[in-house]
Amino acid sequence: MDIRPIFTALRRHKTAAALIVIEIALSCAIICNALFLINGRLERMDRVSGMAEDEVVRVQLTGIGRDDNAEALTKADLASLRAIPGVKFASATNQVAFNNSSWNSGVRLRQDQTHQNLNATVYMADDQMIDTLGLNLVSGRKFNPDEFIEWEALNKPDAKVNIPSVIITRSMANALYPDQDALGKVFYSWGDEPIKIVGIVEHMVRPSEQGGPTAYEYSMMFPIRVHYNVGGHYLMRTEPGRRAEVLKAAEDVLLKNNPNRIILEKQTLEEMRSNFYRQDRSMAWLLVAVCVALLIVTALGIVGLASFWVQQRSKQIGVRRALGATRRQILRYFQTENFLLASLGIVIGMALAYGINQALMGKYELARLPLYYLPVGAVLLWLLGQISVLGPALRAASVPPAVATRSA
Amino acid sequence: MFGYYFQLALRSFKRNKVLTALMVLAIALGIGASMTTLTVFYILSGDPMPGRSHTLFYVQMDPQSMDGYVAGEEPEEQVTRFDAEALLREKKADRQAMMTGGGLSIEPEKQGLSPFVVDARYTSADFFPMFDAPFDHGNGWTAREDDSQARVAVISRKLNEKLFDGGNSVGKSIRIDQNEFRVIGVLKDWRPTPRFYDMNSDRYGEVEQVFLPFSTAVNMKLGRNGSMNCWGDSNGDETGVNAPCTWIQYWAQLDTPEKVEAYRQYLVNYSDQQRRAGRFERPTNIRLRSVMEWLDFKKVVPNDVRLQTWLAFGFLLVCLINTVGLLLAKFMRRSSEIGVRRALGASKGAIFSQALVEAGTIGLAGGVLGLGLALLGLWAVRQQPASYAELAHLDPVMLLTTFGLAILASVLAGLLPAWRACQVTPAIQLKSQ
Repeated sequence: MDIRPIFTALRRHKTAAALIVIEIALSCAIICNALFLINGRLERMDRVSGMAEDEVVRVQLTGIGRDDNAEALTKADLASLRAIPGVKFASATNQVAFNNSSWNSGVRLRQDQTHQNLNATVYMADDQMIDTLGLNLVSGRKFNPDEFIEWEALNKPDAKVNIPSVIITRSMANALYPDQDALGKVFYSWGDEPIKIVGIVEHMVRPSEQGGPTAYEYSMMFPIRVHYNVGGHYLMRTEPGRRAEVLKAAEDVLLKNNPNRIILEKQTLEEMRSNFYRQDRSMAWLLVAVCVALLIVTALGIVGLASFWVQQRSKQIGVRRALGATRRQILRYFQTENFLLASLGIVIGMALAYGINQALMGKYELARLPLYYLPVGAVLLWLLGQISVLGPALRAASVPPAVATRSA
Repeated sequence: MFGYYFQLALRSFKRNKVLTALMVLAIALGIGASMTTLTVFYILSGDPMPGRSHTLFYVQMDPQSMDGYVAGEEPEEQVTRFDAEALLREKKADRQAMMTGGGLSIEPEKQGLSPFVVDARYTSADFFPMFDAPFDHGNGWTAREDDSQARVAVISRKLNEKLFDGGNSVGKSIRIDQNEFRVIGVLKDWRPTPRFYDMNSDRYGEVEQVFLPFSTAVNMKLGRNGSMNCWGDSNGDETGVNAPCTWIQYWAQLDTPEKVEAYRQYLVNYSDQQRRAGRFERPTNIRLRSVMEWLDFKKVVPNDVRLQTWLAFGFLLVCLINTVGLLLAKFMRRSSEIGVRRALGASKGAIFSQALVEAGTIGLAGGVLGLGLALLGLWAVRQQPASYAELAHLDPVMLLTTFGLAILASVLAGLLPAWRACQVTPAIQLKSQ
């Protein structure tokens, strides 16, 4: 099909054609970036925690005032929690995933170096912690019973207690020792003595976003038994169906052990995850809504202008029909015209999409827009253009040749 | 003339109901989306201390050891207890306060109310006059209570409602972490937005419910909230005077630019002196930021909100271009009518203003509808989990801005089509009739 007449016709409608092109370009640019942002959110929300999320529940509590007997009470609490029917494992810990509040510490490979190699989050783990969370130990071993340290002993003034061993994530092991097995190696973090890596777990997320995506799994576990006033988290592992029942029972036994305490939170790990990503979820939906609204507005714009052109040219269409053009040819004419305009808009839109992405990268620490978003945006807008123009084009095709013979 | 053009516009809308509705809807969607996000942005980036913020300054210095030192880096964001107490003793500013966040448990005497946990602020006396905190009853404390570690408390109106049913509770006693404190003041509803004085916790949250003298709280070892950075051995006591830990926010009120300069010099001298004494190791590196500079430095407006604002204005732009196109189509379709009017003696200006009135009317309708959508949008924002959500209300300034924006947008959208309409040459149009 000869597209020269289309260009000739468009040249007579420069303004309107330019408006359509600009509108498509802007939509294309915004939609490409919005899709990219949506995908980023979805990927974030989809990250693996390494924990048995559908089996773990937590109760957070705090004492009223100071408790000098916290260590003994914590032992009693854990014994009571482990005795609850349905509870497989229970632990006390200083921090939980999906909670934003975290303990972090620098890690050095050599004692005499002044710069830290990386910053990792510190989970303090008691005897059952690995099983309570359902972590997957990929190499090494769990902590030996004689390695555990009581928090009070560690925290006494002038305490000379050292942390003997640590279990870290694979991600942290790879960061510390990129080319060799980290198992059995040592590093320095708390105190001046070396801490030996005795185990590596597949995944374990840190509670906060500190350090950004690369540091998301820089987590380490020290064999420290904390008492309930350090963070105040009790974790329990049970069967998915018994979580509500276990939480209720846990609250009861904890308040029975010592009523002078306040339960701050009790929820499943799944609920915590869902709360943690609420903002991301609502942002993703908002972006989806904007994309849909943009597509609708752009489609309406195309329909409006195409209808105008069809109406304005109905006499020429009649002449063409009278001279032997088929309905199909008239239809094709308007479809091709729209395709050309959309293509021009998409080309400009892609450049614009990259420009917007560059600006966002500078301001909001976003990644570079992957190239495959561009064809996705292009196909989307081509389709949109073709669907929108179909109605007006069909109307044009149905203009009878007799129109040519009538005076306006 | 305006009235006549307006009538013509209405008549033209009637002829093309669907097209008109589409244009109004497009403008309304664009205006609604951009006003919703702009209002949120405006609220979040506001001045928490209007009229005073330029006299309030946040103090930073660099007390860390040389470990990990990188020249040119920002100093610590908070100060050590040693430095805060030294600055407070020397009282070189018009007013000054050291503070930190905390968490406390309260055991109410009221029947049927079980113990609960509240956020608290431990601060020195100048906090209340310096930040202009309004009182319902009583007052804040003075430096004397700070020095004597008095067990006094200022509570929020909310807590007063809960514990004392909103009465004048000054002089009554309140049980905090198993200790008796005397209430000496009840605040009015007070919510500086953002909560600028401590950026560690919820930046748009409510102010704390209990305020205690810093000296009292720290010596009683009451629970502390916020961030802490330690770089040496604190020997089991991170909140001790000599602990190498930063965890305190220090604010100074300096009423004139000369005083600001003098205070800056004072901080430099203080740092130099501390280094000579062997306490500081790094080169002198101080910051003295005003409230707005501090908020800016801490990037207080969430990135998502900024992004939403950009997105909404991008959307508005597309909606406007769409309207320009549709208006152009509409006016051009009426070329012959315009030709007749021109031939009958209407000037180009008359055609132009008629077209502009028609465009403006669409904009006005879009603006009104957009305002409704913005109210709906803000309602949706208030349903969000973020702590700033409940603040999302349209105020008079934003209401006027919305209308201004709607009219401006539609007139801008009408300019080009109106210009093209008045360029119609009557002769050709008449000939083709």
